[in-house]
Amino acid sequence: MLLKRILTVLGLSAAVLAAPALRAQGAPDEFIRTVSGEVIDAVKADKAIQAGDTKRINALVDEKVMPHVNFQRMTSSAVGRFWRQATPEQQKRLQDEFKVLLVRTYSGALTQVKDHKVQLRPLRAKPEDTEVVVRTEVRGGGEPIQLDYRLEKADGGWKIYDVNVLGVWLVEQYRSSFAQEIGAKGIDGLIASLAEKNKSAAASKS
Amino acid sequence: MRAAGALRARLVLRAAAAGLLTASLFGCANTAAPAGEVAGGGLNVAAKTNPRDPWEGWNRAIFAFNEGLDDLVLRPVATVYRDVVPQFMRTGVSNVFNNFADAWGAVNSLLQGKPEAAVTDVMRFAVNSSFGILGLLDIATEAGMEPSREDFGQTLGRWGLGAGPYLVLPLLGPSSLRDTAALPADVYASPTAVVDGETAEWGLRTLNIVNRRANLLGATKVLDDIALDKYSFVRDAYLARRRSLVYDGDPPALPEDDTGEPAGATMR
Repeated sequence: MLLKRILTVLGLSAAVLAAPALRAQGAPDEFIRTVSGEVIDAVKADKAIQAGDTKRINALVDEKVMPHVNFQRMTSSAVGRFWRQATPEQQKRLQDEFKVLLVRTYSGALTQVKDHKVQLRPLRAKPEDTEVVVRTEVRGGGEPIQLDYRLEKADGGWKIYDVNVLGVWLVEQYRSSFAQEIGAKGIDGLIASLAEKNKSAAASKS
Repeated sequence: MRAAGALRARLVLRAAAAGLLTASLFGCANTAAPAGEVAGGGLNVAAKTNPRDPWEGWNRAIFAFNEGLDDLVLRPVATVYRDVVPQFMRTGVSNVFNNFADAWGAVNSLLQGKPEAAVTDVMRFAVNSSFGILGLLDIATEAGMEPSREDFGQTLGRWGLGAGPYLVLPLLGPSSLRDTAALPADVYASPTAVVDGETAEWGLRTLNIVNRRANLLGATKVLDDIALDKYSFVRDAYLARRRSLVYDGDPPALPEDDTGEPAGATMR
């Protein structure tokens, strides 16, 4: 336990030392802290969101979260090697349907937000890194939940391209079921399955 | 006190013996799987045999059985339990079971060469068993002592034993060959070890299952909405989560083959 504390302090001080260089572009973990803080505050301040108002949740996600996500990269790596074989039209539809699917999941999680806090875990990244993993823990009510992000540095700052919940990376999680669908029914089959899933989930909710 | 010491010593011995046994039995399991044999080349080739799931046919059948049972019995019972039993009592039930998990976690932390975590687990067990009224209250967490929640399957993984093929167990759900082999040790170290009589044991087991199912009611609702194929979604999440747990939330990256897909055989 003591060792853990020493390591944490070491990690923290390393992060502080690295900070000036990182801050020029904005440190990736600070970026995550800011974004998640904004989202949690917005949910806390909005009774409609807590009650599960889908429209309001989607608006919040579109405004606060999506600008920070590289959704094309997320979709293309979930689709894997088949992505290059898809037409631009197919790629766009895959991206749209996948987005609806993920936003719905995320929305469900948002309604559960109460007294939650996001705690950053020590960042292991060099200032010049353009791809980093930011590790966090969501605390409040029960055991802490591991929530990690893969970030890339783009022109406009950091962008999220994968999320890890409780040890499961989202993109990897979908990769094999996407491959399974494409193997059985082709790319259009996958698009159709996603669309159908979205439609039935939307119907069961309203 | 001496009984508790003897129990612990027996647990350690049993765990070690079971470990050796499973290591020799299944040591080949992770080396035997062919590397990266996920789906062939083109679009038309389906991912027929997933190297991590060679018994998919059997697994799907058991999965369907479990789902049916869940629809018919477990979920309705868990829903009633959640609606009838007050939150603080349900939390108490979770805490008591977790308290045993802490004691067993201490043993496993030690077996994994993590003495700091083992000490924390022992302290958690001591604090919660005494001040927490036999584990009903989880005071230790509020005092900043984090549980490590190590089980024997993770210990075997830490010792280098791969997960082996995915395996769905009747009633118990997703598992792997390794985690199934570890199960007897985990079950032995559960609260059922300290009660007398079959009825009490089964009562406790039932309570544990119902309580856990009640805690998961929200999660399974989400699952229906986000999984294209629930079976493979649960499988992939289980394997990834267990692998993450073996490495305490920070597993090394999987080697990727030229198709950009993780190779199956290196899964832990």
